Amino acid sequence: MADVRDIEIQDTAAKAALAAENATGGPGLVDELPDMGGEKMVLNMGPSHPSTHGVLRIVLELEGETITKAMPDVGYLHRGDEKIAENMTYTQFIPYTDRLDYLAPLANNVAYALAVEKLLGIDKTLPPRCQYIRTICCELARISSHLLGIGCFAMDVGAMTVFLHTFTEREKIYNLCEALTGARFTTSYTRIGGVSRDTPPGWCEAVRKFINEVVVNIDETETLLTRNRIWVDRTRDVGVISKEDAIDYGLSGPNLRGSGVEYDLRKDQPYLIYSDLKFDVPVGSVGDCYDRYLVRMEEMRQSVKLIHQCLDKIPGGFDNASKEPVNVADGKVVLPPKSKVMTSMEELIHHFLNVTQGVNAPPGEVYFGHENPKGELGFYINSKGGGTPNRLKIRSPSFVNLSILPHLLPGHMMSDTVAILGSFDFVMGECDR
Amino acid sequence: MTSLELAQKLKAQFGEIISEPGEFRGEIALTLLNCERIAEVCAFAKKELGFDYLVDVSSLDNYGDDPRFTVVYHLYGIKHRCYLRLKTDVSEEKSELPTVTKVWRTADWHEREIYDMMGIRFSGHPDLRRILMWDGYPYFPLRKDFPLAGKPSELPDVAFTKPAPLEGGPFVTVAGGKDAISREPRVRIPETDSVELNNRIERRDDIRKAHGESFGPGPKETNK
Repeated sequence: MADVRDIEIQDTAAKAALAAENATGGPGLVDELPDMGGEKMVLNMGPSHPSTHGVLRIVLELEGETITKAMPDVGYLHRGDEKIAENMTYTQFIPYTDRLDYLAPLANNVAYALAVEKLLGIDKTLPPRCQYIRTICCELARISSHLLGIGCFAMDVGAMTVFLHTFTEREKIYNLCEALTGARFTTSYTRIGGVSRDTPPGWCEAVRKFINEVVVNIDETETLLTRNRIWVDRTRDVGVISKEDAIDYGLSGPNLRGSGVEYDLRKDQPYLIYSDLKFDVPVGSVGDCYDRYLVRMEEMRQSVKLIHQCLDKIPGGFDNASKEPVNVADGKVVLPPKSKVMTSMEELIHHFLNVTQGVNAPPGEVYFGHENPKGELGFYINSKGGGTPNRLKIRSPSFVNLSILPHLLPGHMMSDTVAILGSFDFVMGECDR
Repeated sequence: MTSLELAQKLKAQFGEIISEPGEFRGEIALTLLNCERIAEVCAFAKKELGFDYLVDVSSLDNYGDDPRFTVVYHLYGIKHRCYLRLKTDVSEEKSELPTVTKVWRTADWHEREIYDMMGIRFSGHPDLRRILMWDGYPYFPLRKDFPLAGKPSELPDVAFTKPAPLEGGPFVTVAGGKDAISREPRVRIPETDSVELNNRIERRDDIRKAHGESFGPGPKETNK
């Protein structure tokens, strides 16, 4: 695609910048260019800009149309989630996890619940049905998040149709979320030691129907984009991240795998039932925006494959005829059934302690990393015992992924920023916490 | 190779300044006794032990203890797939330790966040500015002595500490209570002059008088 690149760059400053880039072997040194006679312009992009997906602000220093320096400014959506977490019980924090990566709340719920369960030492003893449901939730969230990511990415670089196309499918995921959790957006579905309720009647069939439909949609989206000349021109060889840089900057998720690093926590540190399921981890070869797009496309197909396997094997079948439990049996962790609370002494005590003091966690510290759609969502919990954490650190993938921008953007054209940001698929709610 | 073996290698290299590896829930943690050498230890871990991926850097405030702060590093090796947690204590007087940005560039934003939230400085950091709060914000919000409800700042419209619309009313929990009971609205007298509510409180006081002090939880604080 080298010929395409040549056509794109027309003005002298950008040509010189490209020449300097080629001579020195990489972007980042462009600001040492001799004075080209033009003044550098500082451009403020965001915090309210359609392509910054929320409230990311980037201060760009431009020479002509070439970026010479980029300074991202985050924090506009900072709500102090970590401080809040120190002041409430583990269960009370679950709704806050919805609002981290608000495009995949189900996955955040699962990640947080698994982290607390690891602290309690019950993550390996979760009932199988619960693990299957959670896995289905995670993969649904991944499809949902990638559909949005690709739709917005395409819209940012000018392909409006894709956005409408993928959103039609996302709507169906929201309907599934609503049937499962009662909420379309802020699901708060998991509980420490289980999930808030079993799948409703007919839900598993609906999921099966949906994933059969979504593959068609993914294929259609692919025909709209993958060989689309404009799309390829806008994304090929734009925002190339080398393998070494990707690891050094701590990228994770599709952004890291787009650069060719095979690192997927579902494979490398298997949790839930991922070690029993068959799936592939797609990786890119160049590390440009196009590769990151392809990785996301393939990940959706793999998620569909995973959900099919989960539905085939789910203990208790679709409607749980054999009454498999979805919560751990320990009443000190999970709220006992409401019917027993008012009639049985022990359940009443458990209910009371659980609500007023929370789960009694042992002193200690754990880190749990979860393969979220955006990357590695990690929770580091430091406990001094009792029902509230002493410190809860959220390692959010968007925050870490964005930290490469000052290194990546210089040398690119202004309009490439939009493509690069789109290909990163970040969420500011998670970045700023 | 397991995390424990890698931790022991690190211990063998640095000897006295690294504690014995501790294990909890299958995770290995090491404590570095001299925070001044963190960059050196990290560089060794990356180069010789293959910890090429810095997952996270976070900080703890051990308010009331000495040393006050702990900085926690989560290391991971993409090849050997092992985690290692490295902790080091930082005293409040000093509040400074060397940066590891020269080892992993991802530490840049993590360290800025710690400086922003906890007020620990990283010597040698290329650009140590606040990241989530704005430049010039006077406090470090994640310290334990910073109240959950916040403190007034010079940008009252941005970071306000005004009461929320329903604050003080029933069903609104109070921020900053030490446990769920002190945040629970039912044991508070709402800060309101509503006649109806006051009547209800008086009624309850009457009943209390009639039954003696043993009746019910009663008002804990009046806030008048």
